[in-house]
Amino acid sequence: MSIRTPLARVRGLGAAKDGTHHWWLQRVTAVILIPLTLWFVISLLSISHADYAAFQQWLSNPIRAGLMATLLVATFYHASLGMQVIYEDYVRPEGAKVAALLVTQFVLFVLGAISVIAVLKVALGG
Amino acid sequence: MSAANKRPLSPFMIGPYYKPQMTSILSITHRATGAALVAGTLLLVYWLVWAARGPGFYESAQLVLGSMLGQLLLFLWTWALFYHLANGIRHLFWDAGYGFELEQATKSGWWVVWSSIILTFLCWLIAAP
Repeated sequence: MSIRTPLARVRGLGAAKDGTHHWWLQRVTAVILIPLTLWFVISLLSISHADYAAFQQWLSNPIRAGLMATLLVATFYHASLGMQVIYEDYVRPEGAKVAALLVTQFVLFVLGAISVIAVLKVALGG
Repeated sequence: MSAANKRPLSPFMIGPYYKPQMTSILSITHRATGAALVAGTLLLVYWLVWAARGPGFYESAQLVLGSMLGQLLLFLWTWALFYHLANGIRHLFWDAGYGFELEQATKSGWWVVWSSIILTFLCWLIAAP
């Protein structure tokens, strides 16, 4: 016996109304971030002491700039999804939770946009 | 307040109710490192934006990140990153249905702890000028 309506059951979206969408995107971005993060850390090892000219030269390669942009988008998306789960678990009351979520997601979106544009600016000639 | 809100809840994992266990400590550390890495993105954005502002700004950002405090933050960031990466891979295996036995979860947990520490020191040995 279930008190759920047949329509709710067939939609399979649960109480949160979006089913596994959040969970799935957190995993998709996690999987993308594994190779990208390893690439980024290894790259940082080679350019950590680089002067501006060497750094600009490094980032002017379109593949590297593209990987950096993808890394940044995936990172800030993953960060936003992760912070949402933390707030949903720990922040009360509801109003504070929504406010914290809105502010964090707005800030993370802006940081993502700023960092991608910064990468493009350096990559396209500084 | 509806009646639903008065239902008993199981107590929070940190506190007098549960004995701290290796697996639960690693679990909360995953969240803590995740949140710390979000704060750490500010360093990354700072570095990229100062690079975009020109050579002078880039050099000053390199000096800030090369200072004692900058290096300390970057060292902690490295460990948090490797921990979250390694434990994230552990989570993905669980998502795929592997490694749920207590013995396996403990063993993979120690793998996460030691690989994150070893990779962190390895990176800093390589990066040392």
